[in-house]
Order: sequence, then structure tokens, then C-alpha cells
Amino acid sequence: MRLFPLLGLLTAALPALLYAQTISTFTLENGLEAVVIEDHRAPVVTHMLWYRVGAADEPAGKSGIAHFFEHLMFKPTSTRPDQDFSAVVESNGGDDNAFTSQDYTAYYQRVAADRLGLMMQMEADRMRNLVLSADNMATERAVVLEERALRTESEPGALMGEARSAALFMNHPYGIPVIGWRHEIEALGLDDLHAFYARYYAPNNAVLIVAGDVTPAEVEALARQHYGPLEPSADIPPRLRPQEPPQLAARRLVLEDARVANPYLVRIYLAPNRTSDTQKQAAALALLSDLLGGAGIASELGRSLQLEQEIALSTGAWYSGTSLDPDEFGIFVMPRPGTSLEDAEAAMDAVLARFMAEGVDPSQLARVKATRLANEIYGMDDQLRLAQTYGAALTTGLTLADVAAWPAVLDSITEIDIMNAAALVLNNNASVTAYLTAPEATQ
Amino acid sequence: MIQLRPLLVAGLLALAALPLRAATDIVEVTSPGGITAWLVEEHSIPMLAIELNFRGGAALDPVGQEGATTLMMGLLEEGAGDMDASAFLQASESVAARFRFNTGLDSVNISAQMLTGNRAESLALLRLALTEPRFDAVAVERVRQQVLSGLARDATDPGAIASAAFSKAAFGDHVYARNSDGTPETVAALDVAALRAAQARTLVHDRVVIGVVGDITAAELGPLLDELLGDLPKGGAVEVPQAEIGLSETVTVIDFPTPQAVAVFGQQGLARDDPDYLIAFVANHIFGGRVVTSRLNQALREERGLTYGVGTSLAPYDYGALISGRFSSTSGAMAEAVDVLRAEWLRMSQGVTAQELNVAKTYLTGNYALSFDSNGAIARAITGFQIAGLPRDYIETRNENVMALELDDVNRVVRRLFDPRLLHIIVVGQPTGLEPTQ
Repeated sequence: MRLFPLLGLLTAALPALLYAQTISTFTLENGLEAVVIEDHRAPVVTHMLWYRVGAADEPAGKSGIAHFFEHLMFKPTSTRPDQDFSAVVESNGGDDNAFTSQDYTAYYQRVAADRLGLMMQMEADRMRNLVLSADNMATERAVVLEERALRTESEPGALMGEARSAALFMNHPYGIPVIGWRHEIEALGLDDLHAFYARYYAPNNAVLIVAGDVTPAEVEALARQHYGPLEPSADIPPRLRPQEPPQLAARRLVLEDARVANPYLVRIYLAPNRTSDTQKQAAALALLSDLLGGAGIASELGRSLQLEQEIALSTGAWYSGTSLDPDEFGIFVMPRPGTSLEDAEAAMDAVLARFMAEGVDPSQLARVKATRLANEIYGMDDQLRLAQTYGAALTTGLTLADVAAWPAVLDSITEIDIMNAAALVLNNNASVTAYLTAPEATQ
Repeated sequence: MIQLRPLLVAGLLALAALPLRAATDIVEVTSPGGITAWLVEEHSIPMLAIELNFRGGAALDPVGQEGATTLMMGLLEEGAGDMDASAFLQASESVAARFRFNTGLDSVNISAQMLTGNRAESLALLRLALTEPRFDAVAVERVRQQVLSGLARDATDPGAIASAAFSKAAFGDHVYARNSDGTPETVAALDVAALRAAQARTLVHDRVVIGVVGDITAAELGPLLDELLGDLPKGGAVEVPQAEIGLSETVTVIDFPTPQAVAVFGQQGLARDDPDYLIAFVANHIFGGRVVTSRLNQALREERGLTYGVGTSLAPYDYGALISGRFSSTSGAMAEAVDVLRAEWLRMSQGVTAQELNVAKTYLTGNYALSFDSNGAIARAITGFQIAGLPRDYIETRNENVMALELDDVNRVVRRLFDPRLLHIIVVGQPTGLEPTQ
């Protein structure tokens, strides 16, 4: 079978396909920005409210407060004293949830389209009228500590992730886990939560995303009714986090845990984030991660370590770029039993060195571009993911124009762009190499 | 106070009548060669989702070849026809086709997504994977090592240890007690003959159930079904004995060093074709559904902070049914959590209230539309309807059926589904103060 028979057709058709979807936007007088994504396939709607505050905005020593607060937002308000938020959503047939990252906190509901007004009314209500009680706080703190035990302390890989981020970021708060350090979660007080709420939960610090079977006019009318009366906050601080100094020393760490069955290694490099001015560089880094480790044995690491040398069980690479400040570019290798982490690392470095010497194979670049662009089409089938794309972009400094331009930017990336990005990022002095392994005795 | 009560009443009426996407649009397509599929046309996005479910599955693995079906399915896209693994992957990526291969106890399933413009090429690749997999020695070794690494991970994962112990307790000597992935010994011993045998008994044209959603017409689909599946062999009937469910009131603790213990629990459930299955589904939702307001989430999480989350579900396998659930609690909290779970199981056996039933009806009928929100999800759903023997108009009548349930009937089934004398609990970890039963 011929390889790449249809790439030309695919890339040519994509931009037209993608922006067949209808996106519109408006801003209320109190500063609330809104995006409407029309999707009339089903009579449902996704309502999301994103706050421009995340774990990296927390005061020093108060780690976990953004996430803890996200949990408390589901508790009763002064106008809804007897019921949790989710109980009302569920009694209207809806689903709801929320998530916190280093850069944003987002709340969403998926519900029948005719309930959009009620969702806005309740979301606006808890932006201002949340009841923060000691009782609720004590129970929810226990839940959050159980969550930390489940997702982090029970997972050696997650513990290693905390250790390597703490090592990569010498000064920036991205080195502190989003869920927070256990001892700081245990010490958070009601005063901390009140201050956090008053400072960050305001219409001029929020982005509204509505996707589904709605028209922009009805969304704007409902938003004016429910969010319009909220007073903006006057003292939202600028998001100026401590930045990294020049990094001059490669860092290495080993985390040993008896629960590790399959040792692996990860290297993360400090990497520039995607901004309006650097979309091209970010697109080149995204494609670089695909080329190195995006698709198993088709990528550089997989082909060499899994297919040719047969020394790895799996390999991978990642770069997101959707963050407010520089974040990471990562590579991972899990060796087969019998291959040491040291040998796996040497083989990984040899693949990187060869890539830097030989450059990009044009047919591979065409392949990863096609996959990225096809994912944009498949993504149109997922209303929540579509809404998330816009929310994450707008809370990390990007604009709607940046999102709209992204497929074309990806398509424009050349082999030289990729090699320039690789030369910039694959700098060992700004990296952490981490081994996850079991203690000798139990291996 | 938000106007909850008026909205609730309106909700009952409006949501039950919500026009569900695809509700009236399912058509049955029969190919010229006699293969049938259910189809929902959806032309607004230039893509297609195809769900293929072959009845049979890991339950059919012969003794000593446990894991053969899983390994075989994992190798279908690792080389087929004249392409080795690398060439096949390059080819599927070049047309941006996505194939997912899964193995369950009762079936294997394949979820495929493809772009309209690349449909013919994508289907040709899928046909090749189903009819001419190569099982090259290097690919077999590579995927075998991946399966073995998963089994090694399971051996140190408290959740996996608890699940395995629960399956053993529930199914005893029945094939359902086995891990679909096999054991380190059986996987190490699988050869190409075992994989060919697994392919021959699994990928057969007379046991496949098909759901298609997306940018294609019925006239286009028929011939494509013959091309895709027409060359597969015939498999005949699946023969698996009925399982005897061996669960009874027990608390077992399996010692394992971890700061957070895992509990897996449950009892005998209802078969999918049981006339009371819909009621059981509603009862499970009230007790341990995936909502914060479920009785278990209220008791364990919201009121006491004993866990991050808990859920139960019905597991109606073809030859034996369970209701089961799981949660994690730190060592100091697990004993209280188990007490609460047992108390809630007992309280549930005494029935639900009219208020609880009404809230559940409102949620489940309103939420039904949300589960049909993507082509892939609809394809899986309409495949599931066919497997369960439901009529094509099931979506249209389902919400009415939920709304028509009466409290007495629900509580009759609740007594069957929640019997404290049958509740079996397995805890893996080092919980303090938790007394195992004998």
C-alpha cells in the first residue's frame, strides 16, 4: 500500500472544514468575557465558567488552596442554604464537575439547553454567595486528603512527577503540585479561603464558554441577566509569577518505591509556552514531540528503542504549551526487563543526537501534521473538549484569533522551524532526568 | 432560594419529552451478503464511527491459553497483509484513521473512526487487520512484553489485587474468575498457533454486532459491510456454562503495604434480559450511581470525608450477573468506611423513598440525551441495544418506561438487589481496626 496517499487532500481541506463551526464572542460591562460555540446536533448545552486563577497564583505556603476552593464551590450558598450545587444540577438531569490547573480553575455543567439560564443563575450565585463554614471545610479537607492519597501517594509515578517538577522549577511556582503539599493542605484555614475567594472570584476575572444548541443572542441575553449585575473586583493582582533564572546545571534524581513493577525514566526540559507572538515556535515544539514520541513505533524513539533495538516496552514525548509561563517538554522511556535505566537513557540520548544531526524526515513531518489536523476534525465531535480548548487558551493569555489560526500555523511549520525549536529546548542544562525504580532487594 | 420546586415539576415533563438525538433515526441496514448493522446518519462532520462487537471473548480462551484473545487483539494492528507493524501504523496514520481494539470476557470490540475523504482507504486497512493479521515473531514478542509488564504492575497495585480476589470469590472455578489478560505463565507460553486459534474463534461473521454513525448513507454502507466482513469465517454458537455466584456476607482483608486501602464489594446482580433490569438500573443509580447525591457518596464522602469517591454498577455478564463497586480510604478511615457501607447496604434493602425515586427519574430521563453526544458514543450505544436484544425504538420509549416505574415495584427489586446476607467485601491494604469475618 502506498504511504501518505491523501495528505495533500487532507491538509488542503482542513481549514475550511474546521471553521464551518460558528464561534462568536461578547464582553459584559463588568468585564466578563464570553465565547459561544454553536453545535445544534443535540438539544444539550455545555456551560463553563473559567477563572483566571490557578495553583501558580497561590500565596507562598498555601499550596492546594485553589484546588481546595474548587471543592468548596459545590457547597451551599446563602441563597441556597440547604442544597449542594450538584444536587440542583442533577435534579435537572445535568452533569457537573470542575477542574483546577496551575493557571486556571474551571466549573462546568452539561444539561438540556433550556436549563442554561438556571445554570447561569447558580454559577453567578456561587461566585458571590458561597457559605464557607468550618464544618464543611473539615469534611472537605478530609476528602481532598483522600484525593491526594488516591492520585499521588498511591501512585509512585505521580510521586516521581512531583519530585521532578520541584527540581525543574528552581524559582517558578509550577514546581509546586496543583493539589498541594499534604502539610500545607492540612494547615489551610478559613481566613485563607475567604481571602482567596474575595480576591479572585469576580466577573472581570472570569471567562464564560457556552457550547451547544444555543444562539449567541440568547446566550448574551441570559448572561446579561445573570452575570451582568455582578460587581467587578477592583484588586485582582496582575499574574506576575517569579520567573526562572538562567538554568546552568542538569539535574538528576532517583525515586525508589517498592510498588514499582516497571521502572522507567523521564527527562523534562524547561520549554517556552505558547503565546500570541510565539505560536509558530509552540507549533514546532508540538510537532517535535510528535516526531520524537507521539505515535509509538512510528516515532523516532519508538522506532529505534522498541522496534529496532527491542530494548523498550514503551516510549513517548509531550509538549502542551498552553500555560501562562514557560513549562516543560518531556520524554519518557520504559525499558524492557533486562535493560537498565542507564542503558535506556544512553540509547535515548543517541536517538536525540542522531535526530539533531540528521534532521527531520519530510514524510514523517507530513504524517504528524496530518494526524494533528485530523484530530481537529475528530475534536469537533466532542462538545466538552471544544469548549475546553477555548477556555484553556483564553485563561493562559491567548486570543480567539490565536485559536483560529492554530491549524494554519501547524500546517506552515517547516523542517527548519522544528530543528530550531529542538536546538532551543533540548538543552541538558535546563533539564531534569528522573528515574523511577524499585529498591534493589525487591527487584 | 432558587425556585427549585417549580423547576423540578417542569423538569419531569420537559426532560422526559426531550427529543433525543438519533431517537427516530436508527435504521437497520442489511448488506447484499446478508450482514446487518444499525445506522444513524449524521452528515454535519465529515467523519464516521464504526463499532464492531464480536460475541465470544476472553471467556473462550482454552485452559492453559489464558490471555490468547487479548494478545491476539493487541496484534491486529501490528502488521497485516504485506505490511509489517511499522508500515501498517504509517498507513493508518497517513489516512488519519483511528482503530481501538479491546478484549472483554464476553466479547471483543473494535472502535474505528475515519474521515469521509479517506473512508475507502481506512476500511481497507481495517479489513486487512481483521482478515490477514501477520503475527510476526518480533511483533508478538513486543506486545507480549507489554502485556507482561501490565500483569507485573497489577501484582503490586492494590486495586487490581482487590478486583482479582473479588472475581475469584464471585466466580470460583468458572472462566469469569480468570484475568482476560492471562497470567505471566500462560502469556509467556502463547505461540502463533494459539493466536491463530484465537483469531479463528473470535473474528467470525456470524457473531458480530455492528453500529455505524456518521457521514454515510444506508445505500453506501451495505456493500462496505460485505467488503469489510464478508470474508470472515463462521464461528457457530458460543458455549460457556452459567456461573454460580459464590458471594456471601464476608469481609476479607488482604495485607498489602500502602497508605490507602482499596475496597471492592458486591453481590449477585440481575441479568440483562431480566424483566426487572431497568428497575435495577434505577435502584443502583440511587444507591451508588455516578452522582454526588447517591446514597453512598453522601454517606461516605459528603457527610464523613472518608473517601474521594465511591460508585457501584451493574455488571450483567452473559453467563452471570453482579452488582459491585469500589472505593479507596486511607488506612485509618477504612474500618469506619466499611461499617458505613454495610449499614447503607442494609438500609437500602429496606427500600427507597418516593422522593428518591422521583429525583432519580428526573435525573436519568434528563441525562439520557447527554449520553448521545458524539458519533462514537452513539455507535457504542446502538451496538449495545442490539446485544441486549432491545428494539430499535428503545431510545424513544426508554424515558417513558423510567417515568412509569412505581415505588412498590422498585422496592420489590431493591430487596433482591441489596441483600446484606450476600454483601461480600474485599479490602486490600493495611486498614487499622478492621475485623475480617470468618
